Amino acid sequence: MCDYRARLSKDGHFAMKRTLIAATVAAIVGPVLCAGQTPEEKGLAIVREADRRFKGYGDAISRLRMILRNKQGQVSERELRIRVLETPDDGDRSLSIFDSPADVKGTVLLTHAHRSEPDDQWLYLPALERVKRIAAQNKSGSFMGSEFSYEDIATQAIEKYSYQWLRDETCQGQDCHVIERRPLDKQNSGYTRQIIWIDKEHLRTLQIEYYDRKDSLLKTLTFQDYRLYLDRFWRPHDMNMVNHQTGKSSQLVWFDYAFRTGLTENDFNQHNLTRIR
Amino acid sequence: MYGRTLAVLAVLAVAACPWRIASAEKARPEAVGPQTNQPGEPNEPNEPAPARKGRSGLTGYVAAEGRLFFHDPLYAGQEDNNGSLAAQPEYYYQWNNGALFTFTPFARVDSVDSERTHWDIRELYYHYTQDWWSVRFGMARVFWGATEFVHLVDVINQTDLVEHIDGEDKLGQPMLQFSSSVDWGSLDIFILPYFRERTFPGREGRLRPELEIDTDHAIYENRDKERAKDLAIRYSRTFGDLDLGTYLFIGTNRDPLLVPADYLDPNDTADPRLIPFYERVTQLGLDATWASGNWLWKLETVYRKGYLDPYVAATGGLEYTFYGFAGGKSDVGLVAEYVYDERGDDPEMTSIFDDDLFLGLRLSPNDLAGTQVLMGFMQDLGDPENAVSVEASRRFGDHWRLSLDLWLFLDAPENNVIYYIRDDDFVRLELAYHF
Repeated sequence: MCDYRARLSKDGHFAMKRTLIAATVAAIVGPVLCAGQTPEEKGLAIVREADRRFKGYGDAISRLRMILRNKQGQVSERELRIRVLETPDDGDRSLSIFDSPADVKGTVLLTHAHRSEPDDQWLYLPALERVKRIAAQNKSGSFMGSEFSYEDIATQAIEKYSYQWLRDETCQGQDCHVIERRPLDKQNSGYTRQIIWIDKEHLRTLQIEYYDRKDSLLKTLTFQDYRLYLDRFWRPHDMNMVNHQTGKSSQLVWFDYAFRTGLTENDFNQHNLTRIR
Repeated sequence: MYGRTLAVLAVLAVAACPWRIASAEKARPEAVGPQTNQPGEPNEPNEPAPARKGRSGLTGYVAAEGRLFFHDPLYAGQEDNNGSLAAQPEYYYQWNNGALFTFTPFARVDSVDSERTHWDIRELYYHYTQDWWSVRFGMARVFWGATEFVHLVDVINQTDLVEHIDGEDKLGQPMLQFSSSVDWGSLDIFILPYFRERTFPGREGRLRPELEIDTDHAIYENRDKERAKDLAIRYSRTFGDLDLGTYLFIGTNRDPLLVPADYLDPNDTADPRLIPFYERVTQLGLDATWASGNWLWKLETVYRKGYLDPYVAATGGLEYTFYGFAGGKSDVGLVAEYVYDERGDDPEMTSIFDDDLFLGLRLSPNDLAGTQVLMGFMQDLGDPENAVSVEASRRFGDHWRLSLDLWLFLDAPENNVIYYIRDDDFVRLELAYHF
């Protein structure tokens, strides 16, 4: 809640007059500055600002190692290359190129994310040289057999959730905003809600809790090893998803990040997927 | 005085909305040039830096296969079962400007069928890419189409039918391809200078008609035979949820007519056999996929004019996927498709599917082993003709994949293509090492 009035009244050492002027001006300007300080609007505003800071990188490439662990501790690894392009008026374009396991090597997943409409998605199957459109509205399916669903790894368009600021809390030793978001397209999400911890200093997501359709805690995703690129963009290099109901976990280790590599829309055209190696 | 008030005000406003401190922190000027990591935080030391000029790779598989047929062979010369070894390595080099060279040879050695012991160059091409256009020349594979069971519009490559009865395996096609992708869609122009003949099982092989197919003496409508040039022009475009493609093909028909040798030459004294006849055709095609929620709607249609009467054929249907089936991680897909062919299914075997319904069930448990199961059922709506297929596979470790295919040809009235292979029900087991 916007609590500047309460804080103002406690600041007893201010001269009365000055306080009055400040109070008057704050009463006028404050609501504008922290426009709509309901928990919903505060949550949205924080997420908007975090999104603004995340964006503007143009394009990015990176490599990704996915480490899947089952309850017995058995480990299986997958490797991918990721390419992402920002578009001015729409969601991101992204390519996931599968490098291992060997039998799916060369498979490419292309996503045209949209802000409010369902995303468009194609899969390139190298054995058949076939580019197949896949139904992408429901995103609750597992990504490569991992604990991540398509929903979890997709760019999180702000417009697809409603938000509510819950509280402030310490998280990974940092002051954090705790925000709840609920998918607007309930039918095609695997979750009723998610709770997100965002650090106050850099507005980086540090943790997400996923609540299933029965509203019980399903998974927790922890973001670690944030590094700064181009003096401006924080990116996590270690994301660990733990499924509390199955005991399985999936870890994403990111490396070889590069930004502004000169990717264009044509690199994300389904017509051109066959030439990716 | 004013300044102090403003300062107080600023503090108050910030105190009221603490997260605004963050937002007030203006974005710094954009860094120019290569990305800079935070000092003291280099990329993972174990990982090599990305190559400068380009990247190359050697990938592919070797596989051992066994096919077990449930019934005794119907025709003289055929063997019961067969085993075979196959390999398909791929070497590629991709320059940093996007240009690609790739070489993918294929070979199979079969214990029984000398026709199935064969090799091919699946790919051997150079692909030069500029931002909105590209040129490719060499041997390549191109897939067009939307549906799952029958591929009507896929016309560029010849079917390597001796490989598998499902017709999904294709021979490399020599081509010069020009492509452009701009806002209003993608245009592809193909010049195909050399024709590849379809492969068929030989005398010893199963899954063939009663008469042997004499692939060594194929005949052509065009006197230039396999050297007759083919041309294809395709336009494709995506409109949001809809992928559309349409093309014109002028060239040698990939589907041969199989003509009895003694029909062509009454004085033919050799054993009765079938001769593939390749006509010249002009073909128009259209394919579309529309995604709506968890539904995919698919359509393929062709109009073909050649040596025989012109005709239209079409196939279409829908696919629905239950994601996270029953609250778990599995995806379950249902496919229903129908095929229509104006020619009907006549005894000359010009078409196989004329009025047929296909039902499919796809199971993807999304497990570590990458298990996949696809079950199919075909029913001719005019004749009591039907067949069942099951394709299942899973990975072992990081490199091995075991596949099991089951094909059952249940009912087949005479003069139907399946009639010839009615006793060729089989199970195929393949173990492949991928690298």
